[in-house]
Amino acid sequence: MRTLNAAQITEAIAKTASEKAYHIPEEILRGFDQAMKNEKSETGIDVIKQLKENAAIAAKGEVPYCQDTGTAVLFVEVGQDVRIEGNLEDAINEGVRKAYVGSFLRKSIYKDPLRRVNTGDNTPAVIHYSIVPGDKVRIVFGAKGGGSENMSKLIMLKPSDGIEGVKNFVIDTVSQGGANACPPLVVGVGIGGNFEKCAILAKKAALRSIEERNADPFYAELEEEFKTKCNNLGIGPMGLGGTVTVLAVNIEVYSCHLVALPVAVNINCHAARHGEIVL
Amino acid sequence: MAEYRLTAPLKEEDAAKLRIGDKVLLSGVIYTARDAAHKRIVESLDKNEKPPMDLKGSVIYYVGPTPPREGKVIGAAGPTTAMRMDAYAPRLMQEGMKGMIAKGKRNDAVKKAMVDCKAVYFGATGGAGALINRCITKAEVIAYEDLGPEAIRKLEVVDFPLIVVGDCAGGDLYIEGRKKWEKK
Repeated sequence: MRTLNAAQITEAIAKTASEKAYHIPEEILRGFDQAMKNEKSETGIDVIKQLKENAAIAAKGEVPYCQDTGTAVLFVEVGQDVRIEGNLEDAINEGVRKAYVGSFLRKSIYKDPLRRVNTGDNTPAVIHYSIVPGDKVRIVFGAKGGGSENMSKLIMLKPSDGIEGVKNFVIDTVSQGGANACPPLVVGVGIGGNFEKCAILAKKAALRSIEERNADPFYAELEEEFKTKCNNLGIGPMGLGGTVTVLAVNIEVYSCHLVALPVAVNINCHAARHGEIVL
Repeated sequence: MAEYRLTAPLKEEDAAKLRIGDKVLLSGVIYTARDAAHKRIVESLDKNEKPPMDLKGSVIYYVGPTPPREGKVIGAAGPTTAMRMDAYAPRLMQEGMKGMIAKGKRNDAVKKAMVDCKAVYFGATGGAGALINRCITKAEVIAYEDLGPEAIRKLEVVDFPLIVVGDCAGGDLYIEGRKKWEKK
């Protein structure tokens, strides 16, 4: 049994969370370069130029890329052969606290959804745990913006709605909410599982690299088809009209009940901040 | 699509001449306010109290910045989604507000008030918090300090890059821009 001190988890999360606020992933920057080639609208090109310049200024480390430095979302995979010394959940939240307080990030978390008082340190994080084989801890960290999260949706389709039903729901969700979600977007789609599993799949998809396609060629093809359809909507960068509305559509799937066809769409803005930690 | 350099507070004729798609570099004094601050401004107007800033010709920027580093005036300061302020914006336009800076679509009541009051809606690039930070030369909390990032700040800006997304002729770039590029 391997032993891992919870303090190491705190340090790693603090480092990743503060880094991501200032440095958006390289793959997103490559996505902007590609968007410059694909965008036909002059206004749209202006917007993408601003996003590239914004990324370059933020990367100097003084001002975050976006003022909404997000909800900290973590997928934590704990190897079954590792024993964690200390309180894991406290350690994770301490890492988030250190980053948001110490790196001048915005604290956007209210303690209670209706009584709305800020916790002052951006905790608690939203954490999804799973137990996996091995003796490592793998964490996917995301700093998820609130505006795009508000444009996300879930539906319990009937199996008879089929692939057309899924397509229509995904495209309609982007069509209705895309302009407000800071396009060019990363669209995370969950298909299958049950009510809550489906939403988690969509979140996983929204935090996946835009350069990674689904391993199943059937779904990889569907990702490309959805991407083309979203871009044909004409929403464009910042919703001002154009040919690049999404950088990618990522799909994650899971088995489901014979009466069910759940679909969730989790929209991520162009500040698609995510990173991986392995300890 | 014209390009302008304008100064805030806005003159009536400046706001009235702008059309969707126009590019504007805005300098001068603007104010920040989000949901909670808007609610309080409207409540004070309802009670016939003076609002915390002179609304005549004013430009309000919907933003909740990150905290400034030592010696800096403000942190990342990109626009937030405008629709949360739709319930309050018409009232402020009736009181003389001439410009709003934010991102995202507005409802019909806001668009009608822009026509009736000859006001303009500017889009700033959402998420470009670091870029816009460079245009802000001074920031001072002038009201509702208890609201933290949502307090009202008086900002001095230089060449803040904006695109007109809603005009006083009823134009809406979120509709027109999309129509132009949509492939059926």
